[in-house]
Amino acid sequence: MLLAGGEGKRLGLLTQNLAKPAVHFGGKYRIIDFPLSNCTNSNIDTVGVLTQYQPLILNSYIGIGSPWSLDRRSGGVALLPPFTAQNGGDWYKGTADAIFQNINFIDQYDPKYVLILSGDHIYKMDYSKMIQYHEEREADVTISVIEVPIEQASRFGILNTTDDLRVHTFDEKPEKPQSNLASMGIYVFDWQLLKNSLINDASDSFSSHDFGKDVLPKLLNDGKRLYAYPYQGYWRDVGTIESLWEANMDLLEDTPEFNLNDYNWRVYSQNPNQPPQYIGPEATLSRSLINEGCIVDGNIDHAVLFYGVQVGEGSVIKDSVVMPNVKIGKNVIIEKAIIGENSIIEDGSIIQPNKYDKSDITLIGDNSHISEKIKVTAAI
Amino acid sequence: MNMMGVINLDNEKDFLNELTYFRCGAAVPFAGRYRLIDFVLSSMTNAHLNEIAVFTRSKYRSLNDHLGKGKCWDLDIKHGGLFILPPDWNDPTDISKGDLQHFHNNLDFFHRSKAEYVIISGSQHVCNVDYEDAYQQHLQSGADVTVIYKKVDRLETEHKQCQKLDVQADGRVLEITNEEYNNNIYMNMYIINKSFLLQLLEEGIAYGASHFFNDCIASKVKSLNIQAYEYTGVHSVINSVESYYKGNLQLLDRKFYQDLFDKELTVFTKVKDEPPAKYLHGSKVTNSIVGNGCVIEGTVENSILFRGVKVEKGAVIKNSIIMQRGVIKEGSVMEHVILDKDVSVTNGKRLIGNEQIPFVIPKRKVI
Repeated sequence: MLLAGGEGKRLGLLTQNLAKPAVHFGGKYRIIDFPLSNCTNSNIDTVGVLTQYQPLILNSYIGIGSPWSLDRRSGGVALLPPFTAQNGGDWYKGTADAIFQNINFIDQYDPKYVLILSGDHIYKMDYSKMIQYHEEREADVTISVIEVPIEQASRFGILNTTDDLRVHTFDEKPEKPQSNLASMGIYVFDWQLLKNSLINDASDSFSSHDFGKDVLPKLLNDGKRLYAYPYQGYWRDVGTIESLWEANMDLLEDTPEFNLNDYNWRVYSQNPNQPPQYIGPEATLSRSLINEGCIVDGNIDHAVLFYGVQVGEGSVIKDSVVMPNVKIGKNVIIEKAIIGENSIIEDGSIIQPNKYDKSDITLIGDNSHISEKIKVTAAI
Repeated sequence: MNMMGVINLDNEKDFLNELTYFRCGAAVPFAGRYRLIDFVLSSMTNAHLNEIAVFTRSKYRSLNDHLGKGKCWDLDIKHGGLFILPPDWNDPTDISKGDLQHFHNNLDFFHRSKAEYVIISGSQHVCNVDYEDAYQQHLQSGADVTVIYKKVDRLETEHKQCQKLDVQADGRVLEITNEEYNNNIYMNMYIINKSFLLQLLEEGIAYGASHFFNDCIASKVKSLNIQAYEYTGVHSVINSVESYYKGNLQLLDRKFYQDLFDKELTVFTKVKDEPPAKYLHGSKVTNSIVGNGCVIEGTVENSILFRGVKVEKGAVIKNSIIMQRGVIKEGSVMEHVILDKDVSVTNGKRLIGNEQIPFVIPKRKVI
C-alpha cells in the first residue's frame, strides 16, 4: 500500500498542481517511480496507491500501471482515492486512516502480509528481503530503518532497539535521541494484526490516525514483536526544495551512490517517446544528465535536463534542474535553480542566486515566462 | 479511417551486408533509437489506420521482438491492430508466386476489415508522410491507384535503384520507369481501392505474376488511372551500407532532424527503460545525436550514438554510428565506422573507415 496523497507543502510551487509523489526527478522520472519500481523489482504484483491531494496528474501518470508491469489480470495497481459510502465517508485523516478506509480492498486479496510504503523517497530496496526478515524473526511488525547522523536524529522517528534489533521504544522526532536508527516509513505488518489495530485506532477519538504517532506506539505498549530492519544504501527524503535539488545533483557524480544505469535494478517510468537528443556544434556538456527530445546548443555544466528542453547558443546552465519542455533562449545564465516545466526563458535573461546568500536555490514555477534580459535572483 | 495498411517487406533485399546478416532491412536500427520500420509504421498510425499487416519473408526474429503486439504504436487494440504475417502456408492448390503469395494467403486480413482502401508501403524510405492527406487526394482524384513520390533536388547513388515516375502536369502518371535521370523518386508507397486490389491480385495469379506492383499495376500504367501524390518533406532512401551511413549522418543537419521528428506526427518506437544520457567530467560532445542510457566521458563528434553506449575517457568517436550498448574503451579511436549492437572495443584500438565506405563491425564482436 503506497501512500501517495501528500501535498508536499515544503516544495512550494512545484506541488501547486500535483501531489508530491508526482514531482519530477532525475531527468526522466517522477518520485513515485522509485517505490513502484522497487515493487516491480521485488516481485510485488499487487499495489494499492492511496491518493488524495491533487491526484489528476498522478492518476493519469500511473494509469493501469503498464510501465511497472503492474497491468495484471489479478492484482496489479489500483488507485485508491477517498470515497463516500452509506454512512457518509470522509477524507483520509491520517496515514493509518487511509489504510483503514481500504480494508475491503486489502481483504479482496486475503494477504498474509501488508507492506506500507510512502511515495516521497528516492531509494532502491528489495522488499522481498525485508518480508523474509519479517518471517525469520516471527515479527508482528517490521520497520525499515536507516542510520542517520545523531545530530540530525531529532528530525526523524527514532527507534530504540535491543541488540537483536527488537524495538522497545519509539520516539517521534525526539529532542534528545537515544539512538540513530530512523524509521524510513516502510512497514511490514501481519495483515490480521494490522486490520485489528486499525479498527481499534479508528474508534479512538484521541488518535490522530497516524502510523508513527498512534498505531506503532500502541502495538509496542501491547507487547507486540516489532523489529527494525536495517537498510544500507542511498535513501533520500526529497520533501524540500533543497533536498530535491541535492538529490538531483547527487546523480551527477561520476560514480553516483544511486546508480540509474544498473540493469539489474531498472527504474521504470512512463516514456515520453521523443527523438534522441541533438547536441549542436557549439555545445559543451559536463557532469550532466540529459534526456530525449533535448536540443542543446549552450553550455551545460552540472545540470539535469528533462525531456524536450531546448538551450540556445551561448547560454550557461550550471548546478540546476530544468524540468520538461522548458525553452531557454540564447545567452541565458542559469545558476543553482530549478526551472518548472513548460517555462520559457528568453534571450539574455539571468537567473542566479542572491549575491549575499549563495546557498539559496531559485525556483521558477511551471509555465513561467521570463522575458528578455530580465534578471531573477530571489525565488518567485 | 477507411484505410488499412500493408508493410510489404517481400521484395526488400538484405542490402546492408553485416547489418542484415541476422535481421531483415526493416529491423535495422536507425537514428539513435529507432528501426527502419518505425517511420512507415508511425506514419500509418498517425493517419489513424487501425489494421496494419507486415508481410515478412525472412530473418524476422528481431522484427517480431521489436514490434510485439504493436503496443508502442497504439495497435494493441481489440479489433484490428498489428498483424505480423510470416510466410506460413501450404495450400497445395496455391499457384501464386512472389509477393502475390503473401496477399493471396492472407485474404482473410483484407476481407475481415471494413476499410475500403489499402495503403501499401515498403520500409526503405525514411520520411514522415501525412498519409491522411494522401488518402484525401486519392479520394478526390478518383484514381485507381495513387503512388507517392519525392522530387529530389539532386540524384544520388542510392536513387539509381529506385523506380521513377513520369508525371503529367495534372498529376497522372504516364510511366513508371527505371530510367537514371529522373528526379521523381517513387517512394514504394501506394494507395489502392481494396476491391480493385483483390481483382488485380486474382488476375495476376492467373497470369503468373510474381511482383504485385510491377506486374499488376506498373505494367498497366496506360490503361489505369494512376495519380501521383507529391511528398515534399525530408526524405532519404536506405538501400545500401553507404546510403544507410549517409542517411543517419544527415540527421545532424538540424533542419532535417526537426522536419523528420515533426511535433505533430510523432515517430514511435519500442520504449526502453534507459535513464537519461550521462555526460561525465571531461566529455566533449558536439554535433551529435545521443540516445538515452549513454555514459560519455570521451570525445564524440558528428556521430550517432544509440541507447546505452559507453564512451570511456580518452576515446574519440568521429563521423560514426555506434549502435545499442556499444562499449568504446579508454583511448580507442573510431572514425567513419558503423558498430552494430553490443560491439565492444578494447583499450587503445584504432578503427578508421572511409567517408564513402564506412567500416562495418558486426553484432557482438569484441575488438
